Amino acid sequence: MTLSVTRADVEDLLYLEASLLDAWKLDEWLDLFEQGASYWVPPAGSSDDVEPSTTLFYIADDWFRLTERVKRLGKRTAHVEFPKSRCRHMVTNVRLVNGTDEAFYATSNFVTYRTKASVTETYLGHHIYTMAFVDRAIRIRHKISFLDTDDIYDQGKVSIII
Amino acid sequence: MNIPLQNLAEPYVLEDNDRGTFRVNRRAFVDPAVLAQERSKIFDCSWLYLAHESELSKPGDFLTRAVGGRELLFVRDNDGVPRAFYNTCPHRGALVCREKRGKEKLFTCMYHAWTFDLQGKLVQRPEAERYSAAAQDGMHDLVPVAQLDDYRGLYFVNFDPDSADLVTYLAGTTEYIDLTMDHSEVAMEIVQGDQEYGFQANWKLLAENSFDSYHGLPTHATYFDYIMAAGGQLGESLTGLSEPKDLGNGHAVIEYGAPWGRPIAKPVAAWGEEGAKECAAILARLTERFGKERAERIAYNNFNMVIFPNFVINNIMAITLRTFFPDLPDRQRVKAWTLAPVDESEAMRERRLYNFLEFLGPGGFATPDDCEALKLCQQGYSNLAGAGWNDISKGMGQSETISNDEEQMRIFWREWDRRMAAAER
Ligand code: FES
Ligand SMILES: [Fe+2]
Repeated sequence: MTLSVTRADVEDLLYLEASLLDAWKLDEWLDLFEQGASYWVPPAGSSDDVEPSTTLFYIADDWFRLTERVKRLGKRTAHVEFPKSRCRHMVTNVRLVNGTDEAFYATSNFVTYRTKASVTETYLGHHIYTMAFVDRAIRIRHKISFLDTDDIYDQGKVSIII
Repeated sequence: MNIPLQNLAEPYVLEDNDRGTFRVNRRAFVDPAVLAQERSKIFDCSWLYLAHESELSKPGDFLTRAVGGRELLFVRDNDGVPRAFYNTCPHRGALVCREKRGKEKLFTCMYHAWTFDLQGKLVQRPEAERYSAAAQDGMHDLVPVAQLDDYRGLYFVNFDPDSADLVTYLAGTTEYIDLTMDHSEVAMEIVQGDQEYGFQANWKLLAENSFDSYHGLPTHATYFDYIMAAGGQLGESLTGLSEPKDLGNGHAVIEYGAPWGRPIAKPVAAWGEEGAKECAAILARLTERFGKERAERIAYNNFNMVIFPNFVINNIMAITLRTFFPDLPDRQRVKAWTLAPVDESEAMRERRLYNFLEFLGPGGFATPDDCEALKLCQQGYSNLAGAGWNDISKGMGQSETISNDEEQMRIFWREWDRRMAAAER
């Protein structure tokens, strides 16, 4: 049971992910994920052990809904993101926690800025990733974005991938 | 009479039944003086939703919540009696409780350490002997809100001691609250996970939007794309009903059939055989309890209801409770929860929450687009001086109104107008 990746490998992946999200290249972003992957955003201020089977989240996408979310955001009729907002994803404090090539964990802190119609909104928090090292590439199996604020009064919605 | 399209003055609401038109002055959405009047003529004397009983299940459980522009402390005392206080210290005014929720035996103000029991009585303070024994009884206790009452576990407050009782106020809405609470024969509960967010739009736009089904297809096109992509998830609506109803006191509802699954007893293919079997068992039990007609109404019929002024119960692909309050004419704080039977299976709870997130909430496939729509309306009102009126006429002059019409919003606006026209209190 070995872990062949380093923190630098994980950082490369997370910075690539951030740049794809900044550029609205969501199909390529989805390619960073394993088939069957999931993406969660629990309610602001949640603890790390929260579960979408018992708590009402903002986003709890399984693979089907995640692919549908990407399709939705590509459409003009995703009105909240038309015209597209301008986003900048900042990723810091990256740590490779533990695990094996089959499943390992990484965490990071983030600040994501979203600007539309001259208004800039800030999302801040931390991510917890489950990843796997498959065919010499890192793939994301599960991503949770925790918003470390009391609520989302200033943002009003989570219409982008944060 | 021709009304100029530019209009900065009253009236706010123009209903012309001969022409079949209903218009609302856009000043109602932007003028700080209107908001000030709404506070005194509407929010200060209406029953406002506070919380559900399940949020305070045991003695000592408490929550703090802003309601109607006040900071409240809601607590269940040692005898199990729920009590609502203004969360402010009788000494110098500091918020006494600073946590969102929790469990306490006593509340101690951090400033000079006055300490109150669960009934709001001052029980201790430093250097108590330095106070006159003749001080008026109760003046150093927490102040309770004028009226607190519940209907089937939904707790409301009213800041006006002279307002009529809650059940009288709720009028016809109790029929729909019953239809919701009857989902369980044990009890309903708020599922953990509050959704608290803000909209850059006047609060009345959200009241309208909450039961505006006319906007469904254009605004939520991507939601319906998603439902189609889910293939088998698109079911029958199982009822031909499509009806707005005046429930009295400015409350209104639309009741209708829809293709989505309902996590009570209207399964969709995606729930598989297991889900279908479970729904059939629930429907059978509902039929035993209420007879076929009411059981099917509970199982199949959707409704969106606005309890005037700012409480929404949408019993749709999941049950959402939502309340909102204006901070400014163009800014509001929204709080939303989901309500579920305590005794449902884990699988049904998962289906329910999955269903909710498909459409509802700040990360759903629909609500963010409502957020955008409301913001755009509000921005459009900057043209007030040149283009001053909203139109809410759909369905007027027709032989029957349907839920895709706008009669439910007209009911809201007639009551709003009646309240605003009343003399200053
Ligand atoms: S303000 Fe609360 S004890 Fe003084
Ligand atoms: Fe909507």
